[in-house]
Formats: sequence, structure tokens, C-alpha cells
Amino acid sequence: MNASTIDLVIVGAGPAGLAAATEARTWGLSVAVLDEQPATGGQIYRGVDTSTAKARSVLGEDYAAGALLTKAFVQSGARHIAGASVWNVSRDLTVNYLLDGVSRVLQARSIILASGAMERPFPVPGWTLPGVMGAGAAQILIKNAGAFPSDPVVLAGCGPLLYLLAVQYLQAGVKLKAVVHTTQRADYLRAMRYLPAALLGWQDLRKGMRMLQQLRRHNVPVYAGAEAISVKGKDRAEALCFTHKGREHCIETSLVLLHQGVVPNTQISLSLRAKHNWSDTQLCWLPETDDYGQIEDTRIYIAGDSRGIVGAKASAEQGRLAAIAIASKLQSPGESGRKARENLVRAELRKHLRIRPFLEAMYRPMAAHRMPADDAVVVCRCEEVTAGQIRKYVEVGCHGPNQTKAFGRCGMGPCQGRLCGLTVTELIAQARDVSPQVVGYYRIRPPIKPVTLGELAG
Amino acid sequence: MPTETKGSASPLFSSDDAERSCSVTLQFEGETLTVPAGVTVAAALLLQGVAPFRTTPVTSAPRAPYCMMGVCFECLVEVDGKPSRQACLTTVRDGMLIKRQLGASALVIPEEGDENER
Repeated sequence: MNASTIDLVIVGAGPAGLAAATEARTWGLSVAVLDEQPATGGQIYRGVDTSTAKARSVLGEDYAAGALLTKAFVQSGARHIAGASVWNVSRDLTVNYLLDGVSRVLQARSIILASGAMERPFPVPGWTLPGVMGAGAAQILIKNAGAFPSDPVVLAGCGPLLYLLAVQYLQAGVKLKAVVHTTQRADYLRAMRYLPAALLGWQDLRKGMRMLQQLRRHNVPVYAGAEAISVKGKDRAEALCFTHKGREHCIETSLVLLHQGVVPNTQISLSLRAKHNWSDTQLCWLPETDDYGQIEDTRIYIAGDSRGIVGAKASAEQGRLAAIAIASKLQSPGESGRKARENLVRAELRKHLRIRPFLEAMYRPMAAHRMPADDAVVVCRCEEVTAGQIRKYVEVGCHGPNQTKAFGRCGMGPCQGRLCGLTVTELIAQARDVSPQVVGYYRIRPPIKPVTLGELAG
Repeated sequence: MPTETKGSASPLFSSDDAERSCSVTLQFEGETLTVPAGVTVAAALLLQGVAPFRTTPVTSAPRAPYCMMGVCFECLVEVDGKPSRQACLTTVRDGMLIKRQLGASALVIPEEGDENER
């Protein structure tokens, strides 16, 4: 390792990455943070220092709180490399990234992966039509461009973000044509088991209750326990259809915002061949790490939602925890100040995790919206492979996601399986009647972002 | 394929941008558009009512941004002659030349001034 080796390179400038960087600086480590966006904040605090006044007032104080993280980060003296697309992370602690059309490399002594979450794919009929977007995507439009729907909009699916966006739209004066949520009676019953723990994190719970009250106060038509969601339209979305209490409904709209939770963005940890386990509660892959987020005996750690969905506040604490662990490894391990700091961070982390089991049980996405029964539903959006085709592949002997590539290019388009991977795993598991763990996932290889030969050549 | 430049519908999103003093001018399919500075190409085109952004290589199906955060690759457009740019990860710049990506991305990058070649 030469003089330009950086103590800690962090991938992702969201809450986990920013908090990790700031923490590591307090222990004297040299830190560089790589992020794809032009400014820090990740997706949750995106544009927190640049958004419009209207956007800020609508997004509320939880969003504004992100400015504390970005400010502390700026003051920490950590280096921020903005607009950097990381396309490779190696076990030898090199990080390759694209910046301004040129590929560059950093050598690290340790790495924290904090690549966050993405919205869970919502494979239903018509989800590929223009005019259908994620609710999270629509919220990014508020943060980045102060953009709100021009006409009354329909929100459908489940999860806290769906309600949060609905309430934010109401505050902005946007008309909600309907909120169609898929939380069933069984979900409430399952969630009740976790209510006592969630009550300990009562502030979070109260926020949720207030959101639901606001929808009621504004007389938004809410269809509770809806099923069989689909989008109708020829070249663009024209209506959202669903069944509610045994009756079919179609609501005309040119903009449908879908959401059924978020899942870890595991592209980098998968490309490192770290072991990943299927989570039956989060319904996604979770990288195997120790308590601090460390992958095996590497000096590579994972923090925040890319390690398993925990939310912004817990993500920041996980970032701090990983930074403390790294400082202990790179410096004298037994410093007592660090142990005390670690205990504080762990206490905060526990507090913010209390509501998670309740949320996971309550907003578990429906099987029918993860594994579409309709053969015609497009699963791989890039290569336009349908659910029916994947079931056919299984019939003729396809055992796992990697073989679907050979059968029909499934997962081989530009998104590299990000938008179909979970669906393909679950569809094959369902068809074979085995667990997703047995079926496995795509083999993810670098470059994990598209790189041209010209960019590689510099 | 739609023959009109932006698509026929009114914009799905709008922004009351009175407070934004800065704007930039770019070209989309040869048409000059004035858009807010600092936003992504994807946001700018959505605010202008552009739909679709591209058509798929397999069935020429129309597509538009889905995730807005760089994971779905549905917003691929051609920027300044370079194919397959993620509109949601690209910030608008004065004088940018943007085109829809129709079908498979171009293997040959068109020469400058060769605007109609695809």
C-alpha cells in the first residue's frame, strides 16, 4: 500500500455513509465517500441542501433533519467524490469508479458499503407502461425538482412510504384520486404480535397513526385490503384496476404510483461473492456479516439498508458502528473512549430497530404482487421476459436464475437483474416448490455499472 | 411510434418554479426546451410532458422513468451523441442535445451535425 492509500473508502453518501464518514474522522481516519449523485444525502435526504422551499415544507422535519448529517459531514473533513459511479469493489480493497467519463481507482485500507435500498419491484400487468412509477421515484421528483403530479393521482400498494407520500401530496395541495392499499386482515393479525416492541418505539408508531388520520380528514378515497392490482392502458397508463371486497374497480388516471416496500441494494456485496441469505420476513437477500457489518474476515463492512432494511436513523447508527470497528482495527484496539462511544451508538441503534418487526409483518407485500399468476406479466423489464416464460423454463429443467439467462436473456439487460432478480428467484422457488434459498440468485459480476471500453481506456 | 416530439399528453408532473431563478436551455429531439437548472434530465423531460423516453430493443414497447434513482435503466436516452445515458443520473446542462433511444442503442455514434441519422 502506498501513501495515497485511504484509511476508509465509503460507497454511498446516504445516512449510513455520511454518519460512518463523520465518525471515522473523529477517530482520525482519512476518509473518501463515493456517491453517484451530485450532492450528499442519499435518496432519503436527497437535495436536503438544495430543494425548493415548497418541497422542504412538504417533506417535513424528518427530511430536514438530514441537514444535520450533511453539515457534520462537510465539517468532518472527509473527502466527497460526487457523481462517481462505482463499478467494481475488490476483496483486495480497490474501488473502481467512473467520474466524468473516465474510470479511476482508489486503494483503501478498509471499505464500508452503504449503497442503500431500492423500491421492491411491483410486477403486475401494465407496470411497464409510461405513467407508472414508484412512489419513492415520485418523492425523488419532489426532492430533486420540486415536481408534483399535475392531475389527481392514484397511489397503490403498501408500506410506510406510500402513506408518507400521500400525506406529503395532500400538504402540497395535490389531489389524491385514491389510495389503494393491499394490507389484509391477516397482515394486521400477524403484526399484532410485534406491537408491544413497536410501542417502545412509540414516536415512530404515532407518526404512522397521524398519517392515516390525515388521509381520513382529507376524505381521500381509501380502498383497504385491495387485491389483484393491475394497470390498464395501451401506450401509457390509463387506469388502475383492482378487486376490493369481491368487486372489481377501475380508476381512471394517467399517473399510477406503486410501492410495496424497499429492499437492500446488494449489487456490490453480491459481486464480492459474500454469502447472502434469504430473509423470510423481509423477502429479500441479506448479506451475511458480523455484528459490526463486517463481511467474513475482509476489511469490508456493510452498513444501513444495503445490509437489511432498517430505515434512515438506524442506518446512520450502523454506519457509526462500522466506523468504530474499523478505527479499532486500524489503530490501537483497546481505547476506552471508543468502547463508551460504541455503547452509546448501540443503544441508539436498538431504539430505532424496535418498530421494524412490526412494520415487516404489517406491510409484507402480497404473494400475488411478487409472483404474478398472470403469464403475460413482464418480469424482466429490460429483455421483456414474462412470468409465463419463466415458468416454462422451469418445466423444461431450469433450476435457478442464472439458467434463465441462457433460456431467454432474462436478467441480462442494462439493469443487470436489479428489477427482476427477486421476482425470478421467487417465481422459480414457487414453481419448484422449494425455498428461495435453494434457488439462489443471479451471479453478479463487475462491472456493476455499465462502462464503455473508451471510459476504461481513459 | 409517436410522431410528435414530446408525446401527446399533458405533463404528468409540474413544478411551481417561481422561486427558481436559474434555468437552462437544452434540445430534445431538435426542439428547444427551457428547464429548471440543477434538476436531472429525467425530471426536466417529465416536467415537459415527454413520454415515452425510449422504446425497448425487443418489442419497441414505450418506456419512461420508473425508479428515478439509477437502478431500473428505463430512462435511457441519447445525450450529446452518446447512447444509453441514464437520464435520472444526469444533471441538465445548457446546450445539451437529447434524443429518444429507439430500440437497440446505436452501435455507431453519429457524427456531429448528423442529427437525423439513427
